[in-house]
Amino acid sequence: MDAIQFVLNGRQVTYTGSAADRLLDVLREIFRCTSVKCGCKEGECGACSVLINHTLYNSCCVAMGAVEGADVVTLEGFRETERFAVLEKAFGSVSAVQCGFCTPGMLLAAEALLSKNPHPDEEKIREGFSGNLCRCTGYNAIVNAVKQAAEEGSGLW
Amino acid sequence: MLFGKLLHATVARARVVKVTVPELPEGYFYVDAKDVPGDNNVNIVLDDTPVFCRETVEYIGEPIAMLCGPEEKIVESLRDACLVEYEELEPVLDLRRATQSFFDYAYGHGDVEKAFAEADKIYDEEFETGYQEQAYLEPQGMMAQPESDGRMFVHGSTQCIFYIRNAVARVLGCGPEGVHIMQDVTGGAFGGKEAFPSILGSQVAVAAHKCGKPVRCVFDRREDMEYSSKRHPSLCRYRVAVKSGRITAMDIDVIFNAGAYSTLSAVVLQRGIIASPGIYQVPNLHIRGRAVKTNTTPSGAYRGFGAPQTFFAVEMMMDHIARDLGVDSLAFKEAHCSKQGDFTSTRGRYHDPVPIPAMIEELDKVCNYREKRKAYGLPQSGRFRRGIGMSLLFHGAGFTGSGERDIIKAVAKLRKYKDGTVEILAASGDIGQGVRTTFSKIVAHELNLPMDRIICNHPDTARVADSGPTVASRSIMVVGELLRRAAEKLRREWVDGEEQEVEEHYRHPDYLIPFDLSTVTGDAYPTYAWAVNAIEVEVDTLTGFIRVLGAYGSFDVGTPIDENIVIGQLEGGFLQGIGYSSMEKMDYDAKGRIRNHSFSDYLIPTAQDVPNLQCILHVEKFPYGPYGAKGAGELPLVGAPAAFLEAVEQAMGGKSLHHIPFTAEDVLSVIEKEGI
Repeated sequence: MDAIQFVLNGRQVTYTGSAADRLLDVLREIFRCTSVKCGCKEGECGACSVLINHTLYNSCCVAMGAVEGADVVTLEGFRETERFAVLEKAFGSVSAVQCGFCTPGMLLAAEALLSKNPHPDEEKIREGFSGNLCRCTGYNAIVNAVKQAAEEGSGLW
Repeated sequence: MLFGKLLHATVARARVVKVTVPELPEGYFYVDAKDVPGDNNVNIVLDDTPVFCRETVEYIGEPIAMLCGPEEKIVESLRDACLVEYEELEPVLDLRRATQSFFDYAYGHGDVEKAFAEADKIYDEEFETGYQEQAYLEPQGMMAQPESDGRMFVHGSTQCIFYIRNAVARVLGCGPEGVHIMQDVTGGAFGGKEAFPSILGSQVAVAAHKCGKPVRCVFDRREDMEYSSKRHPSLCRYRVAVKSGRITAMDIDVIFNAGAYSTLSAVVLQRGIIASPGIYQVPNLHIRGRAVKTNTTPSGAYRGFGAPQTFFAVEMMMDHIARDLGVDSLAFKEAHCSKQGDFTSTRGRYHDPVPIPAMIEELDKVCNYREKRKAYGLPQSGRFRRGIGMSLLFHGAGFTGSGERDIIKAVAKLRKYKDGTVEILAASGDIGQGVRTTFSKIVAHELNLPMDRIICNHPDTARVADSGPTVASRSIMVVGELLRRAAEKLRREWVDGEEQEVEEHYRHPDYLIPFDLSTVTGDAYPTYAWAVNAIEVEVDTLTGFIRVLGAYGSFDVGTPIDENIVIGQLEGGFLQGIGYSSMEKMDYDAKGRIRNHSFSDYLIPTAQDVPNLQCILHVEKFPYGPYGAKGAGELPLVGAPAAFLEAVEQAMGGKSLHHIPFTAEDVLSVIEKEGI
């Protein structure tokens, strides 16, 4: 069987395991991308969110076979970008992070949302985050952080 | 490192006749009660929770053994191949049918019988609440590593490192110096990682002891939801005597479903019964509270710790009486509200101001409560109906009774290094509530140092002082004050270029009335945090769906040291309370198995469920907290259920409702039975 080739955080990589393995497990255990969190393994919580070809996916529900030739971005890659710097500042300044377990997924959800809609209103932000659960914040701070990032990072998305 | 997987019981009550273990490949281990070198009982409040089951299993999920080995999938398949033979016994699942009480308290004052005999009206109602799962995003996980010096190092996701130290030392049969426990970065807890990690920590420690290698056990979501502790389901019966429009007596019976073992039920129940008359003055009072044994997953700590159940019941009871008397619910509550200097239900005193009247006015300005309450009280028609409700409540900060003085005896230290950096040595763990930031702010402020000169690491029992567990909304009020005092001392004694250490011990405010648990009298808490919550809903009478139009809370947690962090606690806690009231339904089937064991069938609020959630602060400084701070963590959850259900009642034309969670199905079932 041929190995699976894909781009992970800008780097060409090869996976020689089974095409049926979960992307979540492979990212954490083989490629040590531990920002990708396992919260439920059934696509409900969004803690394992990654970007595949710029679209947000729950990596627990993606089989390795499906990423052949794809461009996969986790927080380890996204944090090298200018967009991340704007989001990081905004999340920090309004205390949008409590325990932090959902945060990597939230940041990639923000990237996915702002890439499609650089100036979302509150309703759109809440819709954009509806697949990412947070049990700590009550969400207001996260919504405010995204609003602030959209404003301060105007032109980046 | 070996993976550990628990073999869980599959029946609710049985004698374990035999476990047939498949042949284990080299390097794989089967660990059960026979491998426990010390005592097979986990030290919590009592010691009735076994590390691995005894001759019987008492609930579905009870750990029978742990399978360990280097390949996770192989460990899982070996675990699944274990054959357990049971001799089944009749389980008790329903708390109404329970015959054994782990704890049974009673207290009161006045002449209740006389008040009932002389009453104009007597009310008698029952209120029920369901399970609530903490649903932290990061599941339970602990790891044990035998060290070369013979000590056992246990670390993981936890709130209370010294609890685990005591438990593991007992299980391994060594002294506390034989183990050390560290908190790893912990992803949310909300009480769920108070006592449970003592159990899981004991299990991995025994496994690591047997295997001679590090053993890690991380729960998956289903395992976590089914088998880890959650909020006690409750049944509260209130009998209330009213004369000339005023409450003259309450006779309250509180039952909490403790599950199969007692874990933290004693203290959860104490907080629950102490809160059961609400914030009201009741001249004649009798309260009985029981935590009953059933063959279900042991209940445990969850933000609010017994108070959400009883505050829900008493607030609904007040609302129902007011409606029957034809008076406004809020006015009726205000007329009975305690004031500074009044007795508490345990014959302690409200020593500090009771800011509820001012907070009601402040919240009214935010949400227009009174006007809406009046408008929604008029007859409504059409598919969508609206209502608004309000709850008034306190949360006693710190341990119940004299626990801080007699049991916890908190100690905190500061260590100054030669380069002038200062390290905080306290046991409080950051679980997302920002304790590392707030502690650092207190110490930096007191020493007039920049924040980057302060070190606050995740605590390890080998290094830090025992400042007590990270529970009971106590970290800032109690430990924060110790650190403030320690920093004050260090500032006075500061010598440049020298290594210095200072230590502070807990001091109980001397004006408090000593608390006696045998009679449940005295000051139950050093002070109270206060809240007024209003929730506004729209009920869809066709689908039953309840939309929360607004959730508004005024909270007095004393001085906010970091306002962003405090507001984050309030918003997050309030939303958890709304989830508890409305959508978070968990139940077991006829066999006693928890049915709602995933985020697909146990729903927690998303970003879209309560878009309009507003929290404001009212500040009454507490002189014994740092800069006037009181406890903030639990308060915001406690009042949501009553405010929510009062709103639903009003939207449904003034029906009397008695349970949470109150879901769309419940709305439709009431409409079907009673019409609208």
